[in-house]
Amino acid sequence: MKQIYTWGAVAAIVLASTIGDVLLSRAMKQVGDVGELWRTHGLLAVVGRTLHNVNFVLGILAMTVAFYSLLIGLSWGDVSLVAPASASLTFVATAVAAKIFLHERVDPHRWMAALLVAGGVALLAA
Amino acid sequence: MTFRKYLVLAAVTVFGATGDSLLSRGMKDAGNISLHQLPDLILTILNPWVLAGILFLLGFFAAYMIALSWADLTYVLPATSLGYVLLALIAKFLLHEQVTATRWLGIILISVGVGFVTRGPALTHHPPLRQPEDYDAEPVSTRAEL
Repeated sequence: MKQIYTWGAVAAIVLASTIGDVLLSRAMKQVGDVGELWRTHGLLAVVGRTLHNVNFVLGILAMTVAFYSLLIGLSWGDVSLVAPASASLTFVATAVAAKIFLHERVDPHRWMAALLVAGGVALLAA
Repeated sequence: MTFRKYLVLAAVTVFGATGDSLLSRGMKDAGNISLHQLPDLILTILNPWVLAGILFLLGFFAAYMIALSWADLTYVLPATSLGYVLLALIAKFLLHEQVTATRWLGIILISVGVGFVTRGPALTHHPPLRQPEDYDAEPVSTRAEL
């Protein structure tokens, strides 16, 4: 029973953090290279521009959901299971989402890695 | 890819794993939280381990955002995967969790997979830190101020 709860929490983490990752990645691409922006306009400009980005705010909301799911999940299961399982599954889900929504070039190397990671996750659960 | 950018990726890795471990240590003090006692979750913030974990995860988040500003999401996530290995080491030696042989194998497989993806583009001279040609977001220079 506890295992079902743990994996339910993992599923919630994966869904929320994939949505969050895509939104945050889009936001930071719109903000631009933080290092350069920092040099040319200062830290305040970086922070201001980031905080005013709608995608960033929505991404934070999704990540908040993921964070509380993680807190709950960690109280039910081992950190060496819950954290890698959710992070790796998120990696696979994110590869698909990044291709579809961010139009990132997910080449064969990256798909291959997704399969290896999925296999690793299966072993974590065993 | 400059040394400074590698440092940012390293920060994502180390802060992430450390933060998760601190949270785990704290949440074990809190015991099992059932779904109808969700308000209790707020109080767990008062636990010093949880608080320290949150601070580390804030550092993780800042580094993560910086990395995402100049790298693909599908680059940053695998590039910071060594955190799983770090996490397993912390779990075993500091949290005294049982990390079984199967779990170790899973962690190794994940690391190989993600290490593979990080190396791939660099070897084939696809700078992973540039957007692909078909990336349709507006260039920074033409972007309107939000």
